[in-house]
Amino acid sequence: MVSQIRLRSSLLMAPALAWLTALMVVPCALVLALAFFRRGIYGGIEYTFTLENFGLVFDPLYAGIFLNSARIAGTATLIAVVIGYAAAYAIAAAPRRLQPVFLFFAVLPFWSNYLIRTYAWIVLLNREGLITQLLRWLGYTGEPPSMLYTEGAVIAGLVYNYLPFVILACYAPLSRLNPELAEASRDLGASAMTTFRRVILPLTVPGIAAGAVFVFVLSIGNFVTPALLGGGRFQMIGNLVYDQFLTANDWPFGAALAMTLIAIMLLVLTAQALAADRASGRTAEAKGGADV
Amino acid sequence: MTATTLRHRSLKTSSIALGLALALSAPAAAADLVISNWDGYMAPDAMAAFKAATGVSGEVVVHATNEEIMGKLVASGGKGYDVVFVSSPFAEVLNKLGLIETIDHAKVPNLANLYPEAAKLPHDVGNNFSVPYTWGTTGLCYRSDLVKTEPASWNDLLAPSDALKGKTTMLATDRWLLAAGQLAKGYSVNETDPAKLAEVKDLLISAKKTLLAYDDTTFYSKLVSGEALMVQAWDGWCNYGIAENPQIKYVIPREGSDLWVDTMVVMKASANKDAAFQFINFMLDAKNHAWAAQNIDYKVPNKPAMESLPADFLAKFPNMSMPVAELVKFEQLRDVGDAQRDYSKIVSEIKAAQ
Amino acid sequence: MSERSPATRRTLWLVLSLVFAFLYTPIAVLVALSFNQGGLPTVWSGFSLKWYASLAGNAAILSAALNTLIVALVSTAIATLLGTLLAIGVEMRRQYGSGLEALIFAPMIIPDIVLAIALLSFFSLLDFTLGLHTIILAHVVFNLAFVCSVVRARLKSFDWSIVEASADLGASAVTTFRRVTLPVILPAVVAGALLAFTLSVDEFIIAFFTAGAGRASTTLPMQIYAMIRFGITPEINALATIVMAVSITALTLSQRLNRGVIGQ
Repeated sequence: MVSQIRLRSSLLMAPALAWLTALMVVPCALVLALAFFRRGIYGGIEYTFTLENFGLVFDPLYAGIFLNSARIAGTATLIAVVIGYAAAYAIAAAPRRLQPVFLFFAVLPFWSNYLIRTYAWIVLLNREGLITQLLRWLGYTGEPPSMLYTEGAVIAGLVYNYLPFVILACYAPLSRLNPELAEASRDLGASAMTTFRRVILPLTVPGIAAGAVFVFVLSIGNFVTPALLGGGRFQMIGNLVYDQFLTANDWPFGAALAMTLIAIMLLVLTAQALAADRASGRTAEAKGGADV
Repeated sequence: MTATTLRHRSLKTSSIALGLALALSAPAAAADLVISNWDGYMAPDAMAAFKAATGVSGEVVVHATNEEIMGKLVASGGKGYDVVFVSSPFAEVLNKLGLIETIDHAKVPNLANLYPEAAKLPHDVGNNFSVPYTWGTTGLCYRSDLVKTEPASWNDLLAPSDALKGKTTMLATDRWLLAAGQLAKGYSVNETDPAKLAEVKDLLISAKKTLLAYDDTTFYSKLVSGEALMVQAWDGWCNYGIAENPQIKYVIPREGSDLWVDTMVVMKASANKDAAFQFINFMLDAKNHAWAAQNIDYKVPNKPAMESLPADFLAKFPNMSMPVAELVKFEQLRDVGDAQRDYSKIVSEIKAAQ
Repeated sequence: MSERSPATRRTLWLVLSLVFAFLYTPIAVLVALSFNQGGLPTVWSGFSLKWYASLAGNAAILSAALNTLIVALVSTAIATLLGTLLAIGVEMRRQYGSGLEALIFAPMIIPDIVLAIALLSFFSLLDFTLGLHTIILAHVVFNLAFVCSVVRARLKSFDWSIVEASADLGASAVTTFRRVTLPVILPAVVAGALLAFTLSVDEFIIAFFTAGAGRASTTLPMQIYAMIRFGITPEINALATIVMAVSITALTLSQRLNRGVIGQ
């Protein structure tokens, strides 16, 4: 029985894993391997083995940029998860017929282009922008508030653009919550808060985790928002990798930076995923002597 | 129920789309010539006119930045492209990497229209691998009605008066960002001495505190709205601001500017090199080249084209009439070879500084 | 929301209204700017319909929009299928090592520029002809990871014993999937597909690198980012406005239609 499940699951996974191997693992391995070579004087590759690129990665400058962008992305994630979860909860509680409609309207704004959405925020927030004009029209005469080109503006921009992904991710497990489950919990005398904390929240943690991962990885790799809403004053780690490959034409160092970044993030994410899995206890008995 | 129907429908639509995609990606009747350029950098009907004149059909694809098209050309060896528009330091690197073809002067007779100075640009003396298309300076663009004293030095931007604090922007692109500091210190825009570069870095980090933003795309609209009062700008882009508000003015600081040059290059991988040279020749035609000057408000290195510009146009954009002899006194940004690593690290330090 | 107290219901509606207000405020600005007389992206200078007229005559933007739609639809369809199967396979197994976990996370984590350059170098190495199909191949890579994550989030609390019971009762694997598994994961599959479509429509760097040289494989983001240098004209806002109007109309019609069908 177990071996039959293994076989069936392997068959189900095969097309996707083949796709990823052919079009991600192999090509990326070829490029990331450049990390072990030297940059040629005009930006080409000199094929002599070296570890110096990794030496450069551990300059405090890059660690600082990494930590700072992780902090900005982390803050955006936290805010997006709180708002997105609340919205997904409200959608899942709406009449069934309306739920797909709400989901559709949550993603519709994002079928316009990223750049023009960002420009729209600039129109609203800039010192001579719509919000300032509104304030003046209401009789405000002081210095216009400086809302743009701040860390807050970057975070707001990230939250805005990735909020729908959290809504979608959280909606997935929330939508199957049986209303009777909550009712049963209430009937047993649990308060609304307890029901939420003990019954609903644990069942939807996987959705929250997926949504949080989406916002975090998309934010830390983003460079349009820091450039336009942050006025280029904040650098995200994705931007740094991009600059090495394209601006500095330094593929070996770009590859070393990317490899380090990928390794750190994979470590954190897989550890978190496995821990969450173990914590849920769901796989405890199946894991046994499995190939962990 | 709704979700099921939605999904069935989307499956059906996507299978239609799949068929469409396969049909489209089949080797269609490809154009003879593929040109990659910035959007809006040549006349919209240029390819139709080129076909009428030569019988060669071509199509224009667009790239967002030098960096992106360069990365694409390097990774693919330039396959598929015939003529590409890039700024001179990038043309220089493409040449050193062996990706671009030597210009066959016999096939580009209109090279004779270029100013003699344009054939002696240091990045490519004799136009061996690149043909200049536009050129100009980088300076200060400002609101003359709101800035009390006319700026005269790069330091007016880097260490602004109190009234200007928080109302200035600098270019975000590495080399031009550094150039402002290098020029202010009196150094070459290609300086590689680490000690001097460290001074430039310190200057630019202190300047960051008074900046509104780094911006190389919307700085002129910031001037128009009054959000910024003085910005580091390319002359042609300042003209976009001037077109909206005549109170906007452009000045080259006394320490000087760089000389930027956008060029046309022919890819070595091109299968239609003769047609590619024909295209370059077509663009150098005085009438076609004048279109660029008049519609993108950039100076072009084409003597008859510049001489054909109407007086009212020149009066509106004073920097268009800058004498060529003065323009070519400035130093071009060049590829700095191994020092590139120092350059990008310094820029990262500046952008990461709080 | 039927069994909830009126206070809870009011709170939930309030949350929805606030979130939708946040999502649509910049969209209102964007729509307004599509009627902007001047060409500056951030300065209002009077009402005009000229950008709609010039959009109608802009073959480059229109063909790019069509290309984007094709890439997004096809890559979403493939990624939804592969990502869903992957999610079921992984969760069914209930014991997977960190290697598999990492492989599934990787497409989301690898910086776009690395995947872009890697795929272009790889295709060139194999002398593979570039075109819309290569953008689709590339977009499926990250899209399937996102779809898989969403579907897995739902499967975490799935009771696999129902599947076993169904098999014990003699149902074939396909029947079990259609009757038992699919109904449970369907909302997650729809959510995953919407997510993939949204990501694909807006993706720039990977598309730029994996596209062939030519109009036939230029997508809308490639066209729009290229306009940065000389200013993004409100034609793009006009296009976005039309896209939204058309989408809303299509949704309304399909809702009407569905209700009609159900009504019978």
